[in-house]
Amino acid sequence: MLKRGIKDGIPIGLGYFSVSFSFGILAIANGFSVFEAVLISMTNLTSAGQFAGITIIASMGSLLEMAVTQLIINMRYSLMAISLSQKVDKRFGISARLLLGFGITDEIFAVAMGSRKEISRKYFLGLMSLPYVGWTLGTLAGAVFGNIMPDIICDALGIALFGMFIAIVVPDMKRDGKIALTVVIAVVISCILYYVPFFSKVSSGFSVIISAVTAAAVAALVSVHDENNEKSISGRERYD
Amino acid sequence: MIDFLKYLAVMAGVTYLIRVLPFVLIRHKIQNKFVSAFLDYIPYAVLASMTVPAILYSTSSVITAVAGFVVAIVLAYREKSLIVVALCASAAVLVGQICVSALT
Repeated sequence: MLKRGIKDGIPIGLGYFSVSFSFGILAIANGFSVFEAVLISMTNLTSAGQFAGITIIASMGSLLEMAVTQLIINMRYSLMAISLSQKVDKRFGISARLLLGFGITDEIFAVAMGSRKEISRKYFLGLMSLPYVGWTLGTLAGAVFGNIMPDIICDALGIALFGMFIAIVVPDMKRDGKIALTVVIAVVISCILYYVPFFSKVSSGFSVIISAVTAAAVAALVSVHDENNEKSISGRERYD
Repeated sequence: MIDFLKYLAVMAGVTYLIRVLPFVLIRHKIQNKFVSAFLDYIPYAVLASMTVPAILYSTSSVITAVAGFVVAIVLAYREKSLIVVALCASAAVLVGQICVSALT
């Protein structure tokens, strides 16, 4: 189980290495030391939150601003934690949750939910280990070597994280029409919030929450509705 | 350094609690069909809204970002692994940048 988790975590770990590499570069550019950059990555393990976090520290924002920003950007993890809670096995107790809950990220969550069986502690520990190592080492490498890497390479790595998101979402869109519906709605709302000037004050963290919650709620309504219809049809057949 | 550690504590503390509190507190299986369907769709909704339109501005020009975006969608549609999709998207951006700089 541990081995299978580690194996499933390899692509995430590699992806994280390239993404945190760009975090390392950015942290140094914002005046952080190599040690500080690595410490941030080791204690946070989150992309969007860390990028926002170093901007706040660099501009000497308040601690309240830091707390609220992290809360908004990372609130999606709460939704994922509840989702994950439905899929872990019985032996996944409180202490395991306190320890391993730290490893809930978009990609680790998506891969864990993609496995057909219930999720065990060992599998989840294996799954989160290489991404954690990759995230930490990538930050270190970016902070140390970033300034000697050509801009053109750093720039190209900027898209890696999104490539990974697409690789998670698109195959499941093919398999399940409601997932495809979810994605289309989320993208449309996210674009409206981004491009319509009226919504320009909505921060990117809030925008993700608004788009995601709306899209998932609509798809869930459709799904429940469909299921009820199917039931009433089969019910009628039985009485014919 | 002391200031940095204060920021770090708030940043890491909030992020940790966001993940772990719901994980520890909500341990029963959710029976409500709407809620459980909602939770099934949330990860896709989050990833989709984080990606579009942000991906278009993840590199130095929208043109190269579109190249990477298209390559990622095609490869993902063909069910290539996460790392293949991510690195090929980066490679497409790199090739795009070389083309753009050759033309200008």
